[in-house]
Amino acid sequence: MPDESFVGRSLPAAGPFQVGREKIREFAVAIGDASPLSRDLDVARAAGHPDLVAPPTFSTTFTMPLIEAFLRDPDFGWDYTRMVHGDQRITFHRPIHGGDELFTTIHVDELRTRAGSHMLTLRCEVADAAGAPVATTSSLLVTQA
Amino acid sequence: MSTPSNPAAAQKGDELPPLRLHLTRADLVRYAGASGDFNPIHWSDRVAGVAGLPGVIAHGMLTMAVAGRVVTDWVGDASLVRSYGTRFTRPVVVPDDDTGALVEITGTVGDVTESDGVRVARIDVKAVFDGKSVLGRATAEVVLPG
Repeated sequence: MPDESFVGRSLPAAGPFQVGREKIREFAVAIGDASPLSRDLDVARAAGHPDLVAPPTFSTTFTMPLIEAFLRDPDFGWDYTRMVHGDQRITFHRPIHGGDELFTTIHVDELRTRAGSHMLTLRCEVADAAGAPVATTSSLLVTQA
Repeated sequence: MSTPSNPAAAQKGDELPPLRLHLTRADLVRYAGASGDFNPIHWSDRVAGVAGLPGVIAHGMLTMAVAGRVVTDWVGDASLVRSYGTRFTRPVVVPDDDTGALVEITGTVGDVTESDGVRVARIDVKAVFDGKSVLGRATAEVVLPG
């Protein structure tokens, strides 16, 4: 049984995650995204970008490991082995580029138990080193009650 | 219905160029490494079976990512995407063969709004595997190039 006292709380900010060019390239290859903006630095810069452009779902590379670590923490009491991903939304306040140093804060927004399932909404607020917002992600995660 | 060659002229109802792609076990392994999601239901038939699945399934985030290409391929610049979200309604079961799972992706301009001279399109994305939709209410908001 997940500990409901976590709801409404946030975890300490984690980071910095340094967005590496090779990580962007590796991710673009893995999802089959052929855009030169995510692979060729000269093309990205010629198009006005400071560095390679991360594909839209790239933030999962640094948010999901943090979410996994939280959900595997026995203090929270979540059954990670039976978990499925219910939904996901990502909102950008600005694009993510190679060289960014990002900090992620997990917020435990909601926990509901219905029809034999625990449904947990975790929000990640991603900011740059100066504290300016970069992205907000929201994940609905479901496990058997 | 038409396929706009230039997103700058996009209107509500336009269809984006569709994508047909095969997800193989090798794609799942590559995505596991790139994303850091090593949940064994995405590479072990044994663990997938224990979890009550018919077999190894694709990461939901991989399905979301490849479906998003219908938007980014069309608009040509991922930095124009303002938001992207979906529900994961059905798993994509990926067989251990050379063909993999066929996923067919389409996108439709659901709406175009304009403020401060910037046009933003809402793209409704559909992803179909085995004759059924695997994403629910998948939408992306994207700034249209001027």
